[in-house]
Amino acid sequence: MIYDVAIIGAGITGAMIARELSQLSASVCVIEAEADVAAGATRANSGIVHAGYDALPGSMKARMNVRGNALMPTAVKELGVPYENCGSLVVAFDEEEDRSVDKLLQRGQENGVPVEKISGEEVRKREPHLSQDIKSALWAPTAGIVSPFELAIAAMENAAANGAKVYRSSRVTAISRQNSGFVIQAGQNRIESRFVVNAAGVYADEISRMAGGEEFTITARRGEYVLFDKSQPVKVRSVIFGAPSEKGKGVLFSPTAHGNMIAGPTAEFTGKEDTDTTREGLAAVMNGVRQYVPSIDRRSAITVFAGLRAVGDRHDFIIEESKSAPGFVNVAGIESPGLTSAPAIAEYVTEMLVTMGIDGTIKTGATRIRKPIEVFAHATPERQCELIDTDPRYANVVCRCEHVTEAEIVKSIHRPCGATTVDGVKLRTSAGFGRCHGGFCMPRVMDILARELGKDINDITKSGEGSWILANKTKEAAQ
Amino acid sequence: MKADVAIVGAGPAGLAAAIAAKENGAKRVVVIERESHLGGILNQCIHNGFGLHVFGEELTGPEYAARFEDKAAALDITCLTQTMVLDISPSRVLTVVGPQTGFCTIEAGAIVLAMGCRERSAGALMLPGGRPAGVLTAGTAQRFVNIDGYMPGKEVVILGSGDIGLIMARRMTLEGAHVKMVLELMPFSGGLKRNIVQCLDDYNIPLKLSYTVTRIHGAKRVEGVSIAAVDNKGVPIKDTEEYVACDTLLLSVGLIPENELSRGMDIKIDPVTGGPEVDSHMQTSIKGVFACGNAVQVHDLVDFVTEEATRAGAAAARYLFEEDKAIAYCPTKAGTGIRYVVPQRLRLDGDKKTLFFRVTNVFKNCVTVARCGDKVIARKKRLVCTPGEMESLCIADEDIQGDVIVSVEEA
Repeated sequence: MIYDVAIIGAGITGAMIARELSQLSASVCVIEAEADVAAGATRANSGIVHAGYDALPGSMKARMNVRGNALMPTAVKELGVPYENCGSLVVAFDEEEDRSVDKLLQRGQENGVPVEKISGEEVRKREPHLSQDIKSALWAPTAGIVSPFELAIAAMENAAANGAKVYRSSRVTAISRQNSGFVIQAGQNRIESRFVVNAAGVYADEISRMAGGEEFTITARRGEYVLFDKSQPVKVRSVIFGAPSEKGKGVLFSPTAHGNMIAGPTAEFTGKEDTDTTREGLAAVMNGVRQYVPSIDRRSAITVFAGLRAVGDRHDFIIEESKSAPGFVNVAGIESPGLTSAPAIAEYVTEMLVTMGIDGTIKTGATRIRKPIEVFAHATPERQCELIDTDPRYANVVCRCEHVTEAEIVKSIHRPCGATTVDGVKLRTSAGFGRCHGGFCMPRVMDILARELGKDINDITKSGEGSWILANKTKEAAQ
Repeated sequence: MKADVAIVGAGPAGLAAAIAAKENGAKRVVVIERESHLGGILNQCIHNGFGLHVFGEELTGPEYAARFEDKAAALDITCLTQTMVLDISPSRVLTVVGPQTGFCTIEAGAIVLAMGCRERSAGALMLPGGRPAGVLTAGTAQRFVNIDGYMPGKEVVILGSGDIGLIMARRMTLEGAHVKMVLELMPFSGGLKRNIVQCLDDYNIPLKLSYTVTRIHGAKRVEGVSIAAVDNKGVPIKDTEEYVACDTLLLSVGLIPENELSRGMDIKIDPVTGGPEVDSHMQTSIKGVFACGNAVQVHDLVDFVTEEATRAGAAAARYLFEEDKAIAYCPTKAGTGIRYVVPQRLRLDGDKKTLFFRVTNVFKNCVTVARCGDKVIARKKRLVCTPGEMESLCIADEDIQGDVIVSVEEA
């Protein structure tokens, strides 16, 4: 078949666009190089829903950020994704930083974002763990936190339920023009479509080049993070940013939508596959966060990770139809605030494609609602009883740290665009996210994956091709 | 459901506590185990060396566990497997869930916490580099090899010289893997001497002391690690950094008592041991709630777990019948060269007591001493004391006149 639209990239941008397009009669597919949705920047970022005071007034970033922030509460509600409207604080330690708080205040007002300046005392009244040295802060009540990978997974499930086809483990190697459309070689698949949306993250420049689109350069900027255990006592309620100064912007310290605390990111330009953390980077994160909360203990860290931001050379989001390759839409350079902007970008790109000629009528039976997998650990005791009555696998707790049950894991595998890897199960259910970090549950999750997918346990991977977990059976070494 | 004594965990600690509770008069003893089999981590410890103190013979882990499982069965102790304790209220009501019970509550006269411990993970170490497949704790590897029958890798580097890491160095070697080296951040091993000899030396596996992993290489699967010597503050020395190709990094970098349930009940936790503070009856800061085994302090030998759990189980049973009379307590304290002392409080009840403790460093030709004020109440000469081996001292109740301070001194 010839799809109306092929979206390249199943990160937050591609997933949200797919979801929006799946409401329409036009046919849609999504092509992803990695084994799962949300495998790149979407999986490894701060998870912040920015208020919108940071972007330059008049820029695409500002427009998408403010609109995305407004759309987010509805999107997360429809998609059943953890989100909290917790607000954010930009804290200033000295006069220079105080002046930059004033600048952000002004910029926020220009962007139409509710912002307010508050005193150091007021900051500490709201956030008792914050440093005594904080002089003032910018308070942005519309900021929030969201689980970024769950938002992408949920959006993709929603799109798939509405009929979008998702090709995973399908790296695009060639794009050619044919008649009025495109032919895309993606892994073993030859995919034809009338229009193409390039949401390929750090590889968007290469994809554009393949299709004969405009020249631009995407550079990968790496951000390193430290994630803390839920039991770590030094907590804040809102997102804490440092005020921009000569020294840079500093790191953020924030709750996550799952109730952990997160610190980061650093910002280093690096290779497009380089998601390594570094000793220096992690030390910088810890030093940065200690400025805000001096009493935090590094021993309460449960994991460290790094993610890449796709930084375009135009210093703004690139969201436009290519002039040299009509029908090819670039959605590139989506760095921060890309997560916040995703619902707005999806809306904007969908309108653009309708103008370009796809069928914009609403598809019969299409839904915007995606029901999440019911989380046993969050249910009331009465509800837990009911869940066990309807599905006895809810009584089998597999992940002891996060109390994830067999029922949830099985559901995560059999959903549209479901989990096929250990990481896939983890992102969808939280099994392995706790303090033992999968030490106890990984072998059991692998058993369930093998059973449900009809595979040998030897073929179960962490995150797709090359990430093998088991080498061979014991007693087979000599063979 | 009702129980006289409910025990959380059916590893060596839980089973010994259950047996002792039953033998001391508790009628309905219920053991709750989250795994599908009794015996806890002993099931994957198929090497021998268990039971020298308790049985005077060398057993494998499953054999050692089986003796307690058989006894528990003979004593008609109820064992709920695949059952997870979700919550315990301070009034001793346990909320549990499992395929056998569904969702149910257990009202207990007394509780023994025996959840064991977990391994410190790579994330907790903040190891720089990638996060590929092939980085796993030694215990997870042990499960893959000994329970599931699969090898988690072929070219192996082990970080940390804890006992499980040492055991797995030998085990992986016997199954045909190439264990290249064991790295230890400290200038001394965290494991038992006998394990270093039997698991490393006998197989020519080098133990590099004062060494660490400085970077994990590989995006999808481990391709290698950078290693470096560390200075006396544990900071890597740049010039010594080298690359070691491998496909697997096993971690044996410390065990952490599992006390999420204890914390949920607001039981007082000792920040050094990571386990509940206990008295000489292994009673926690909440009356009627006892704790034992690796949930209290990480032990080197299962035999000592059994001994401690037996005391806890017996005390839990006695608690059911005991009148609530006021008992005087004296605290114990870690003095010079001592990391911690268990129990943290001594009941002045006339019984003889044993103090368990660990030293902070390697001490040669030394004495371990317990004092009350200026008075020495126990003293033991030691050729060598290391942090990897638990020490003990016996003291008489009548000698306890105030705080008991343990220290290690020159002989």
